[in-house]
Amino acid sequence: MATFPDKHGRFGQFGGMYVPETLMPAIHELEQAYFAAKRNRRFQQEFHDCLKNFVGRPTPLFFAERLTKALDGAKIYLKREDLCHTGAHKINNTVGQALLTRRMNKKRVIAETGAGQHGVAVATVAAMFGLEAEIYMGTEDMERQALNVFRMRLLGSKVTGVNAGSRTLKDAISEAMRDWTTNVDKTHYLLGSVLGAHPYPMMIRDFQSVIGRETRKQILALEGRLPHCLVACVGGGSNSIGLFYPFVKDAKVQMVGVEAGGHGVGSGKHAARFSGGKPGVLHGTMTYLLQDEDGQVNPTHSVSAGLDYPAVGPEHSYYHDAGRIRYTSATDAEALAAFDLLAQKEGIIPALESAHAVAEVVKLAPTMKKSQILIMNLSGRGDKDVQQLAKMRGIPL
Amino acid sequence: MMTNRIQETFEALKGKGEKALIPYIMAGDPSLAVTESLVLALEQGGADLIELGVPFSDPIADGPVIQQAAERALRSGTTLKKILSTVTNLRKKTSIPLILMAYYNTVMAMGIEAFCAQAVQAGVDGLIVPDLPPEESDLLYEAAQAAGGPVMIFLLAPTSTAERRRAVMKRTHGFIYYVSLTGITGAKLTDLSRVCQSVQQIQRTSRKPVAVGFGIASVAQAREVAQFADGVIIGSALVRKIVEHHSASTFLTEIQRTTRQLKSVLMPVTATP
Repeated sequence: MATFPDKHGRFGQFGGMYVPETLMPAIHELEQAYFAAKRNRRFQQEFHDCLKNFVGRPTPLFFAERLTKALDGAKIYLKREDLCHTGAHKINNTVGQALLTRRMNKKRVIAETGAGQHGVAVATVAAMFGLEAEIYMGTEDMERQALNVFRMRLLGSKVTGVNAGSRTLKDAISEAMRDWTTNVDKTHYLLGSVLGAHPYPMMIRDFQSVIGRETRKQILALEGRLPHCLVACVGGGSNSIGLFYPFVKDAKVQMVGVEAGGHGVGSGKHAARFSGGKPGVLHGTMTYLLQDEDGQVNPTHSVSAGLDYPAVGPEHSYYHDAGRIRYTSATDAEALAAFDLLAQKEGIIPALESAHAVAEVVKLAPTMKKSQILIMNLSGRGDKDVQQLAKMRGIPL
Repeated sequence: MMTNRIQETFEALKGKGEKALIPYIMAGDPSLAVTESLVLALEQGGADLIELGVPFSDPIADGPVIQQAAERALRSGTTLKKILSTVTNLRKKTSIPLILMAYYNTVMAMGIEAFCAQAVQAGVDGLIVPDLPPEESDLLYEAAQAAGGPVMIFLLAPTSTAERRRAVMKRTHGFIYYVSLTGITGAKLTDLSRVCQSVQQIQRTSRKPVAVGFGIASVAQAREVAQFADGVIIGSALVRKIVEHHSASTFLTEIQRTTRQLKSVLMPVTATP
């Protein structure tokens, strides 16, 4: 399999740079800055040091013994991204982009956030690197994730509510792009997932690939062989591509991406792009997109704000069409049941996003042999979701 | 190279020493029936070319005024196909150059070849796709050429490099759309002298007309821009007027009056009585 993207920022027919002319020079500047940084030993050393000393890497690869027993199938390992500083894999990318922002001599970063995990990770690196930060968040998500809004503000960032459209992640990205268009000379847009125009999908994949590289080393040390299967949830798709990418060329390693099935893919209320979407262009990239027949973007639903987005990273669309990665979905109800299962079997409260991956493990592990190894990316911890869950279950806190 | 109504209009205006008035309205805001009468009223008021916005759910290049217009148009059931039918109807009554401004996904969803064929048949003259820079435009550009139209109009911005200016000047047909400010539609335009410098720089290297848009909100600003540009695009200011007045009985006369005021400052100075 060839290495993607090509020089036009494409993964086969997907990807590209579909942005207004005003932003094109900044996109090219970012591409050049990133390629230079990638080759620069000092940049790589700084990135590595930050991941080690600030983020707390490497994260453990944990054998989930009681879950394995309960499901009575494959041997299940969890890659513990929930143990990263700030509680999710998002920080790997924000550290990389903050270093890049400094190299480009920009003093201000802007970002979008859905569940608030990326926003918190941006606010965190902004504080650490002394950057001004403004984070856009749909007002519906601000209600769902009030705790993370407060965390961002505690860290010194400005959080701006977005009241347009569906008032979720999609609208936060649109608003961040408008801010970037207006303040492009002094501002870096610190995008949080493998979305948007080239070079973002490539750059963010590279920053997140530390997850898969560590996993590979760890499983070889623990088991002396590669896993049979990898599982991760897919919103934009950064935690999943981070885990999968270093294994893409290992043809025997199967990979499963889990999208948000919401109330079920038949209900129309979901965010399963590979079940109901078709190729289109949103927020700078060509990719699978949930849209109506006139090309208007469809509203999405998921219990998890981090998966509640109508498009998916373009590299995922490529692997989907190439048949390299299998994509499936878990409903809200399945994710919530899996959430409880992991909490009670392993003493780990997962993020609602990651609980979608757990739900797939629950289906998949029993169909596999006991000698086979399944690795799931536990992309984030669920502290942020505890309040929402209590509310859903009618429990006053 | 094919000539079309856009080019002919600019040439005719040049001969008379006039500058082009290019109003932008959102098709289907508040309804396509109103859009149809608006186009005719704008023409009677003195508009030279008209841009029709195609509503999109996620218009990243637009400020709140046009975002809200798009939401209203979508609520009234507007689609690209219905807009093309409106153009077909309009063509029985007017030959004013009509330019669609559409985000790429709405065109893709219809099918690029199907769109070009139907747009030509309906009588659309030009197409602006704000999220399609020249490097991504090959498919649509070639399909439009094969169908015999509509011609594609590309944008230049204050941030455009010399290399990008050359690429856009080469690929654009009809005119060059110069974005007057680093920002989104309807933002506040303050530095007109910088706009003037940039437009003159473009005019030194290209013979294609340059029309200026984004943020031109008043007759005074239109007058100033007309000193150096070949055309003036008025969008958000007009869209705001439409939403404020469309239910009044004097609505169309009011829009005509505004248009006439704007056009009056684009006439040659000596011809003004």
